[in-house]
Amino acid sequence: MSKRIEVNDLHVYYGNFLAVEGVSMTIEAKSVTAFIGPSGCGKSTFLRTLNRMHEVIPGARVEGDVLVDGENLYGPTVDPVNVRRQVGMVFQRPNPFPTMSIKQNVLAGVTLNSKKLSNSAADELTERSLRGANLWEEVKDRLDKPGSGLSGGQQQRLCIARAIAIQPEIILMDEPCSALDPISTLAIEDLINELKDQYTVVIVTHNMQQAARVSDRTAFFNIAGTGKPGKLIELADTQTIFQNPTQKATEDYVSGRFG
Amino acid sequence: MSIGQEVTNTPKPAPAKPVRRLADVIFAGTARSSGILILLVLVGVAAFLIIEAMPAFTADSKDIAGGKGFFSYIWPLVFGTAVSSIIAIVLATPVAIGIALFISHYAPRKLAGPIGFVIDLLAAVPSVVFGMWGLQVLAPQMGPVYKWLENNLGWIPIFAQGSTTGRTIVTASIVLAVMILPIITSVSREVFLQTPTLHEEAALALGATRWEMIRTAVLPFGRPGIIGGIMLGLGRALGETMAVAIILSPGAFTWALINSGNSTIPADIALNFPEASGLKLNTLIAAGLVLFVITLIVNMIARYIVDRRREFSGAN
Repeated sequence: MSKRIEVNDLHVYYGNFLAVEGVSMTIEAKSVTAFIGPSGCGKSTFLRTLNRMHEVIPGARVEGDVLVDGENLYGPTVDPVNVRRQVGMVFQRPNPFPTMSIKQNVLAGVTLNSKKLSNSAADELTERSLRGANLWEEVKDRLDKPGSGLSGGQQQRLCIARAIAIQPEIILMDEPCSALDPISTLAIEDLINELKDQYTVVIVTHNMQQAARVSDRTAFFNIAGTGKPGKLIELADTQTIFQNPTQKATEDYVSGRFG
Repeated sequence: MSIGQEVTNTPKPAPAKPVRRLADVIFAGTARSSGILILLVLVGVAAFLIIEAMPAFTADSKDIAGGKGFFSYIWPLVFGTAVSSIIAIVLATPVAIGIALFISHYAPRKLAGPIGFVIDLLAAVPSVVFGMWGLQVLAPQMGPVYKWLENNLGWIPIFAQGSTTGRTIVTASIVLAVMILPIITSVSREVFLQTPTLHEEAALALGATRWEMIRTAVLPFGRPGIIGGIMLGLGRALGETMAVAIILSPGAFTWALINSGNSTIPADIALNFPEASGLKLNTLIAAGLVLFVITLIVNMIARYIVDRRREFSGAN
């Protein structure tokens, strides 16, 4: 159920400010693609255009096309709500709903649109999603406890469980480990490796080792200076990016000779 | 050199005093005395009420106004107070939450500010003005409505005998609803605005529509605040004196809420206090004590409701 993403000459704006300029890329299905680059280069902004979360910010807009298996996400008749059901998202800081139990959190997306689930179906989906997020064994005895009582790493996996419960085709992750300790980070990285069997995963990370560890392909974004738009410098197999990049800027960045 | 060594070598020094800064001491002192002061005021008020009310409780029942003892005197007033406040809350709460959501999540930013300002202005209107508006404008308008209710729903005791003047407990309740609207609105708006963006985006990213986002992220997060706002509004409605005293044509207890009759504790006190003396005065103060206790109970219930789901408040 995973799908391929094609981006054609996408410009991303905040009001009149051009934040990301002219990105064209292809993201392969059932693979992990990492976005790396310095702070402010627009990689998170660009990621949020892939499920139309960018336009949630007042004044934010895009120009260009994002095709998921040939279908333009920005077509005039496309409802962003449906896009987001197809393209799930995990945020930088774990954000389970504090007023909901662990189980309610997992089912939050499914029970939207007044969709009714039978009890057994709900139990089954909860278990499947939590297993899918490698969290089931840790929380199976306290599904009715609040999600905010879990550790940061567990909360982040709960958010992943919540995202996969609605069976998206693509999962976007915006620096999912930046608020986590190394052990929780490893748990998430292992999970990302398993997720790519079923989903197309796109991950933004500040941590180059992480990009090297989890991704199949890596995109390097850069920015010419403050106030200038971010640009995609190159996208290639992760190994190529880290060992034999074609662009000088990429080489400088991955080898730490940046700036 | 190590700290451990030093401790074993020193022959039991006096425990060092923790460092205390003057500013901290002053601030703690001010905060503590403010806290104590509010308790003293509360105790003072309660003591005054209890001591002055005692004669009304112990007096011979035929000496109390109405001639049947304090309980028969007070319960119609309790009924009137409760009914008018409940009607006011029921009318005001949905509207207030709607306005608050509109300001916080729907209105364009250019519009949200002015609307909020107008609502806050409503809170600044003195209750006497509301009372006169209720008497002069609203009550005559309500007369035909009450007639219609009597003609069509008159078989329900509440809607028997519609008043033509409109000076009824329902009219008073509607005015109370308008009066408490700004309180509930501004408290709710503040908590809605504080909903973490992270939670709103979590809901949107799951494919929630705007309304679903509000239902999953904003309303549950704002629940304690909404309840707090309702309780503040209820407090004002329970204690409102002037507006009710002006609008309502008071009388004995009746189920017919759209007829004149009934009264509330504060209105009864205000109307009778100027000429009261002796036991009559004690009776009115006892009525005040009852109002005090009702308000206290309402607040405790609200606290209980808010606390019950503390675990899920996100504060942990």
